[in-house]
Amino acid sequence: MPIPDKHATLDVLVIGGGNAALCAALMAREAGASVLLLEAAPREWRGGNSAHTRNLRCMHDAPQDVLVDAYPEEEFWQDLLKVTGGLTNEQLARRVIRDSSTCRSWMRSHGVHFQPSLSGALHTARTNAFFMGGGKALVNAYFRSAEKLGVQVRYDAPVNRLEIVNGHFVAAHVQVQRPDGSADTERITARACVLAAGGFESNRDWLREAWGTNERGETPSDNFLIRGTKFNQGVLLRHLLNDHGADVIGDPTQAHMVAIDARAPLYDGGICTRIDCVSLGVVVNREAQRFYDEGEDFWPKRYAIWGRLVAQQPGQIAYSIIDAKAIGRFMPPVFPGVKANTLKELAGQLGLDRNTFMRTLNDYNNACQAGTFDHTALDNCHTEGVMPAKTHWARPIDTAPFYAYALRPGVTFTYLGLKTDETAAVRFGDVPSDNLFVAGEMMAGNVLGKGYTAGVGMSIGTAFGRIAGVQSAQEAIQSGAHHARA
Amino acid sequence: MRALENLIQDARQLAAGHGPASPAVTEVARQMQICNACRYCEGFCAVFPAMTRRLEFGAADVHYLANLCHNCGACLHACQYAPPHEFAVNVPQAMAQVRGETYVAYAWPAALGKLYQRNGLTLSLALAAGLALFLLLALALNGSLWGGASAGDFSKRFPHNLMVFMFAPVFLWAVLALGLGVRRFLRDVSPATSGAAIMTGDALQATQDVLKLKYLDGGHGEGCHNEDDAFTLSRSRAHHLTFYGFMLCFAATSVATVYHYAFGWHAPYDLPSLPKLLGVAGGVSLLLGTAGLFKLKLTRHPLHGDAAQNPMDYGFIALLFLTSASGLLLWLARGTPALALLLALHLGVVMALFATLPYGKFAHGIFRSAALLRYAVEKRQPSTLALGDD
Repeated sequence: MPIPDKHATLDVLVIGGGNAALCAALMAREAGASVLLLEAAPREWRGGNSAHTRNLRCMHDAPQDVLVDAYPEEEFWQDLLKVTGGLTNEQLARRVIRDSSTCRSWMRSHGVHFQPSLSGALHTARTNAFFMGGGKALVNAYFRSAEKLGVQVRYDAPVNRLEIVNGHFVAAHVQVQRPDGSADTERITARACVLAAGGFESNRDWLREAWGTNERGETPSDNFLIRGTKFNQGVLLRHLLNDHGADVIGDPTQAHMVAIDARAPLYDGGICTRIDCVSLGVVVNREAQRFYDEGEDFWPKRYAIWGRLVAQQPGQIAYSIIDAKAIGRFMPPVFPGVKANTLKELAGQLGLDRNTFMRTLNDYNNACQAGTFDHTALDNCHTEGVMPAKTHWARPIDTAPFYAYALRPGVTFTYLGLKTDETAAVRFGDVPSDNLFVAGEMMAGNVLGKGYTAGVGMSIGTAFGRIAGVQSAQEAIQSGAHHARA
Repeated sequence: MRALENLIQDARQLAAGHGPASPAVTEVARQMQICNACRYCEGFCAVFPAMTRRLEFGAADVHYLANLCHNCGACLHACQYAPPHEFAVNVPQAMAQVRGETYVAYAWPAALGKLYQRNGLTLSLALAAGLALFLLLALALNGSLWGGASAGDFSKRFPHNLMVFMFAPVFLWAVLALGLGVRRFLRDVSPATSGAAIMTGDALQATQDVLKLKYLDGGHGEGCHNEDDAFTLSRSRAHHLTFYGFMLCFAATSVATVYHYAFGWHAPYDLPSLPKLLGVAGGVSLLLGTAGLFKLKLTRHPLHGDAAQNPMDYGFIALLFLTSASGLLLWLARGTPALALLLALHLGVVMALFATLPYGKFAHGIFRSAALLRYAVEKRQPSTLALGDD
């Protein structure tokens, strides 16, 4: 493929530097378009949230290299339907599901390696293909491949404004630093553009605006931690919605949100800050009260609801309490737990009211019915006569030492996005744009109205990134040929 | 000097799991806590599967894991927590720093562990001493370093028995020192790696891993890293050339010894004799391998490994290179007046190499092999953990 002439009109401009952006850039370049990719972050922080991912949820009808058994389209669809409670677009969802069954050989051709499920994640051996080395290795591979194919890449290149005329993309305005250090704006025109610049979860003001003030007078979002990149400020999303009236999808408070260690860094804590012992013990809030069935279902099926549950508690904090019986039965947390030899002492260390805490724990302990504990099955260890009930894996918390982990809501990515269709086009007044496309977290809300299931974010990003790449290249090359003829 | 001795004492105690952990060991334990909660790198090498069998990382665990690490760089380039992330995870570097402490802690005799600490100086002095010894010896025996009669007959320059008398003790010393060091290492690491006994299968597995440099293949066969996040097989190839070159040279010497004593066939041997074939092939391989390793190391990513150990690494590469270069020159210069000088140089270099084998980079091969052996043993045992998900 010839290296594009720097001065010729650019075919495809890709805004973003994560999985969806890279998939779009690679597909557009493979289709023969000249491509420029603008990554807002500096090189060492490139890749957005994709650098924190680890796998891709994949449909398959028979065992496939790292994937065991089968995960047919219908089962994938039912899983998605369940977690979103129906807040999904079936047509787009099924497109993502089908594409997930065929995209991996293409991914491999760009240097992505797969590995079997990680230890501690064997429940996903059937449904999820893991990237060897995780998402940053995938991002590295895609950038290497993109550069080799002649995609131009610019780092430290945040775009803050687009020129759109009657739904037609004209140019992007990118912030640049002059050699003397002062800020300037550069106008970049292209025949087509792909937006893949992530959600707005790192924008504290926007989160505050979305979550508002609760009945206790708190602004809950001030206590949210962001599991991914600090560069997802939602600048373009807001610009498209407010200044260009692009069609919107989703609720700004909906996000992939899990309960993570309260000591995690404000940004980029990633996978290691999760706390996986919830189903092995009890969780109490700041008032030392339990508030949800900790043993409702297997943890991998429930981890994605606990961020929101904690967000609804006073002070947006909760404490996962376990005893010595749980040690060695869950993924080791990154920070050591608070440890005490008595429950009373533990309450004191956590700053919880000791009497309430002891009452909560005693009520729970007394409500535990004798059963056969089996963490690998929905066992018969449950409570009776306590609210809320714990329906599985309920064993008295009675064996010293006791441990506690403080939990905060950890936002992975937000679902509010641009409404789109099977061509990945951005829509204005329900009319698709001819040359502006969207992929990744900026449109994931079309498929994920709420809830989450592991690896589906990457399935959406890969499917729509690839669609947007093909569509944008096609449009650019056609309009380029048209111009040449005119 | 006193400070150094204290350091050695501390390192020995720490490695055995007594006393406060060194900063390097503590740092590996800190990073492993993060890695164990992430595990994305499990497919790259043996370090991470070994890590997942543990919840805590004591000194013995850390020394074991550090010597399983071959500094391939894969986990650094793939790491979401690598600098500039505030967690500052750099496993290859942290492991390299501990390996430096392993060599000191398990050196025999203990006092010579300090030779690792200024290893560039150690190797330079050894080289200077080796050269001086053989140059003077050549002068004393021949009266001149240039020309002379019966050129090409090594044994006329340096009588065979004198050579044996000089080299055998040094070589045996190296074997003894490394053997005792690694024996103590295994004694400390075994309880931390299930304590189970080594079976034949384990030894075969470890041997295979060593001979194939399994863990420089990236887990996918495309190789490891050198200057950036791209995979390359060049490091693995250069290492292979070096290792097998060294082994071929060693085989050449062994065969020659058998020829000499068993059959009375005396050196010099020329093509197509077996010692010569092995020696030339080994010498060329060693030359190419060390030149490759040197070139790669010059462009190595600055975050890989422990920069403080560069003198040790470069020093060892240089000694191996000089050994093969002088050996090959010697053969090419047979029958010329330069022979005497070249022979003295070659013997001087070889003497320096042998004398410093237990106190330089060569040790990494020994300790790494021992760690791989324990890994093979440990891998056979069922894990004591039952993480809920599995």
